[in-house]
Amino acid sequence: MGVGLSHYLALAAILFTIGIFGIFVNRKNVIIILMSVELILLAVNINLVAFSSFLGDLVGQIFALLILTVAAAEAAIGLAILVAFYRNRGSIAVEDINAMKG
Amino acid sequence: MDLASLFFYLFSFIAVGAAFMVIAARNPVHSVLFLILTFFNAAGLFVLLGAEFLAMILIVVYVGAVAVLFLFVVMMLDVDFVELKQGFLQYVPLGGLVALILAGELVIVLGGFIFDPHFASGVGAAPIPDIAEVSNTKALGLLLYTRYIYFFQAAGLILLVAMIGAIVLTLQHKEGVKRQNISAQVARTRETAIDVVDVETGKGI
Repeated sequence: MGVGLSHYLALAAILFTIGIFGIFVNRKNVIIILMSVELILLAVNINLVAFSSFLGDLVGQIFALLILTVAAAEAAIGLAILVAFYRNRGSIAVEDINAMKG
Repeated sequence: MDLASLFFYLFSFIAVGAAFMVIAARNPVHSVLFLILTFFNAAGLFVLLGAEFLAMILIVVYVGAVAVLFLFVVMMLDVDFVELKQGFLQYVPLGGLVALILAGELVIVLGGFIFDPHFASGVGAAPIPDIAEVSNTKALGLLLYTRYIYFFQAAGLILLVAMIGAIVLTLQHKEGVKRQNISAQVARTRETAIDVVDVETGKGI
């Protein structure tokens, strides 16, 4: 029984769902939410690389590379915002982030 | 079951288990470590798929930079994580419902997915060269630095903006710290810098 494209797609779908689930259950903890976003981006990357490999097209890997860049930038900015917020408020609980009355 | 399938199942089961532990672990430090484990296994899957360069980049960028950044922040912030963990079970029904719906939709999409033989035959925009002739890294570079050079530049710009943004966000200006003021140094003239004092003999200044 060989491993086909659908195996990789199923794995990516499971990882994506875990990421979404993590955002829902950890809605007080911003750090875990950021990690869940990383999981979601990883699932997308697995999808892209699997398609690239099975369709024989290298462009998918280039796209995955660009997503990796954006994910790294997003993590850096998100954590910087978190540190700045913690300095101002002394807390990172999501329900305390209401200064803009959103 | 051949070796590739065996490794696929090994990597994917560990990846899914570690991903679940990322969101379920009590201690955020453990969460970060499980995130690292997930990325390692994903890198293994990338190697199985023939994307060696991306696998190594995943380890370097994610494990070496992003996960360590997470670790730094988790350890630097003095937060009561037990308090943040409260109400964990309260959101499980809603989150589980959404996750179930999402998973069901994804399964439907995957189940209805059929390869178009036209695309499966390798008639892509940029066919992957034979690994024996051109390595994955070289093939990626040949494509990235020619046809996708603008995307490459844009990625660099994104990283630059992220770097400047992170520095601007976290830089603190403390009072009472002596800093170098280059413009003041350069703007000094002879009149302001030198004071000619006529000292009388034997008296000192």
